[in-house]
Amino acid sequence: MTATEIPVDNGVNVEALLGVRDALADTPEIAQFQWRSTVSWVNGTHSRSDVETFYGFGEEQQHHTTFSHEIDHPLQFAAQDTGVTPVEYVLVALGGCLTAGVAAVAQQRSIQLRSVRATLAAEMDLHGILGADPDVRNGFSGLTVSYQIDADATAEEIRALVAQSQKRSAVYDILTNPTSVTVDVS
Amino acid sequence: MPDTTTVIIGAGHCGLAMSHCLAARSVDHVVLERGQVANSWRTQRWDSLRLLTPNWMTRLPGYAYRGTDPDGYLSARQVTAMLEDYAVASAAPVLTGTTVTSVRAVGRGYVVQTDQGTWRAPTVVLACGAATVPAVPALAGLVPDKITAVTPGGYRNPGELPPGGVLVVGASASGIQLADELHRSGRPVTLAVGEHVRMPRTYRGRDILWWLDACGLLDQRYDQVDDLARARRLPSMQLVGSPGRTVDLNALSSAGVRLAGRLAGIREGVAQFSGSLPNVCALADLKLGRLLNTIDTWAGAAGERFAPTIVPTVPLGLDLRSGEISTIVWATGYRPDLSWLDIPVFDRGGRVAHDGGVTACPGLYLIGMPFLRRRKSSLIDGAADDSAELTMHLAGHLDALAGHRERSAS
Repeated sequence: MTATEIPVDNGVNVEALLGVRDALADTPEIAQFQWRSTVSWVNGTHSRSDVETFYGFGEEQQHHTTFSHEIDHPLQFAAQDTGVTPVEYVLVALGGCLTAGVAAVAQQRSIQLRSVRATLAAEMDLHGILGADPDVRNGFSGLTVSYQIDADATAEEIRALVAQSQKRSAVYDILTNPTSVTVDVS
Repeated sequence: MPDTTTVIIGAGHCGLAMSHCLAARSVDHVVLERGQVANSWRTQRWDSLRLLTPNWMTRLPGYAYRGTDPDGYLSARQVTAMLEDYAVASAAPVLTGTTVTSVRAVGRGYVVQTDQGTWRAPTVVLACGAATVPAVPALAGLVPDKITAVTPGGYRNPGELPPGGVLVVGASASGIQLADELHRSGRPVTLAVGEHVRMPRTYRGRDILWWLDACGLLDQRYDQVDDLARARRLPSMQLVGSPGRTVDLNALSSAGVRLAGRLAGIREGVAQFSGSLPNVCALADLKLGRLLNTIDTWAGAAGERFAPTIVPTVPLGLDLRSGEISTIVWATGYRPDLSWLDIPVFDRGGRVAHDGGVTACPGLYLIGMPFLRRRKSSLIDGAADDSAELTMHLAGHLDALAGHRERSAS
């Protein structure tokens, strides 16, 4: 048996994903999803986020368990550092989304991955959130993602994987395009 | 109510090609045309526009370019004259000044209502073009009123536009050409760039279309591509009909055109551009690299490679109220106008669903759409094969109808 006959397995069920895409043709409404999280204040800048349910495929859905995440600020901000900062969760979300995409696209293109590591860095100027300079925005002034990928593929194919992953990434889209955000108090 | 066998709607290159093929099979037909032959070439083309395909590729059933400049590119006026001559040469039964107001399925055929009377026919060919009306995004409604808005179909030349800055939205063939022309007119130009198809005018010393034609890529069939829906949505190639001249993003930005990401929103008069420009440029560069590799594999040896697209520091916002921008060009594509088609053949996106131009409604055909049957279907050169094959199918349908009538009569 030659190496090319070993089936590529990145642990992604591409058939299931493509099956969903096919199913959408007949029942487009099952594509309507809602993602949810609750965030409860604990103390100071420490909050706890719970994620348990979502809506999709036409009905209420549930994670197999309730996932909780601590959100805080570091000691350098005179906080308790019980969890990562909200802006770091943005990096976590983007890196997680793009890396899942790399795996899925690699599977679909029959590329065996051996290791994938993304290093994310975002620049931010505190003058913004501190209200010290109205010309500085609160958010990131820029964000870089650097991938190190070991796979059975040419450098060009790997670059194409990463490009396609960005093209299909929800979090990449959320970060690069405006999103309507409504916050109310009940 | 006059009867015919086939009503062709639209006397552009596809309608005339179809007419030529039907005539060769002695299928009785009419070609209904709202204006004159080659109407959109007369009314919806800017002054400097030239075909993106070289003259030698200007081929139709029974017609080939025989002029003195096979490597040149026809102007819109020359395309109009060529199609007029073609209509005369093939004695196409064109009824000009006849606007179709509805097409309905009745019995085993169709009733085509026009402002000049009603036709009844067992078969109808929709040849009214993929680019009838500009597809301007809904956010155009948020542009401040004092800004002049134009579409490529309505634009003629820089002299018609007010002085001042221009925002060109869209970087396919129309967008890059108008950005280039308006920049040369002395206006500061910002170009909003989404997904695009980067293409050099020449490769290895020949027109890129020569390579695409020769290596068989343009002949690739619709049932041979992995993702047909995507292939049909592909933006037009970044080309201009000018010998040896490549107008890609590097050429534009080094000339002084400011690049921005896709126009993603307009909020309180401020245009918001996507931060995805590096990736859409990477995707286009990679795709071009794969295309050139394909050509090299076919041709043997390796040709030149083009510098990666340089993505400068791009603006994420542009205040449309500041006076910096006086004109917006919506080079955001076109869509067909089949609002008068009173037959349920539309998909969820409002496009006519079809299998290589054959709709689910027997006897109703579509031609002239991107990747209808082949990659070249959107080019003039694609009409010959598409019309020949659809004529075969149509003739088969007529035979089946005749067989049904005979069985009913016996």
